[in-house]
Amino acid sequence: MDELNNVTQEEPKKLAMVVMSGDMDKLFGAFIIATGAAAMGMRVTMFFTFWGLRAIKKNVRTGKTLFGRMLGAMYGGDITKSNPSKFSFGGMGRWMFGKMMGAHNVSKLVELRDLAVDLGVDLYGCQMSMDVMEIPQDAFIDGVKEPVGVGFFLAEAQEADMQLFI
Amino acid sequence: MSEDIKVDLDLDLKGLLCPMPMVKVSQRIGDVPVGGVIRAVATDPGAMADIPAWAKSTGNEVLSAGKEGDEYVFLVKRVK
Repeated sequence: MDELNNVTQEEPKKLAMVVMSGDMDKLFGAFIIATGAAAMGMRVTMFFTFWGLRAIKKNVRTGKTLFGRMLGAMYGGDITKSNPSKFSFGGMGRWMFGKMMGAHNVSKLVELRDLAVDLGVDLYGCQMSMDVMEIPQDAFIDGVKEPVGVGFFLAEAQEADMQLFI
Repeated sequence: MSEDIKVDLDLDLKGLLCPMPMVKVSQRIGDVPVGGVIRAVATDPGAMADIPAWAKSTGNEVLSAGKEGDEYVFLVKRVK
């Protein structure tokens, strides 16, 4: 019985997160929580959808149709292109916050994202928004798992101890 | 108080901000044997809350946590 209890206690806590935002500040929040949770021994699943997809994208062109290519051009690049949700000023805000965070020695967003991968956080793209936005799996960085849908996320969230939507 | 505790690993966390002090401790705890002690020195005041929380969550033990000048010094024991 004691052994059984030990086994139960060894089961890691789980965090399931939806990342819908592509905003720099919100992505900071998402990856700080994810890396912190992984450091605390939690199993972390991040499900990237819509504007969040760029956070796990390489700096490659995407889009097949006219609209898809337009979106790829206007919302292209990778996580380093993310702008703060306030004070964006056409890129000035990103530069300013980057300077301020650098001055305070906060890790760069891209470093936190890569750290999440290193710490074993499971990253998934949402198949439906990948289809709509014409972003294929091979546009993602290494370490991103094969695309999944809402059913997969709900199953993960159901058995997780924490669920977050960012 | 801490003089008689043998330190197995010194960890410099100075200048690092959330979540890195906690992440670094978690990455290095495996480098000391079970029962071993890490002495970590941070400058982020948030570490005073985070590192004990990390220890509680991972089943390790903070033997001491205190402010020494501008630094926060932790003795963290690997329990398992």
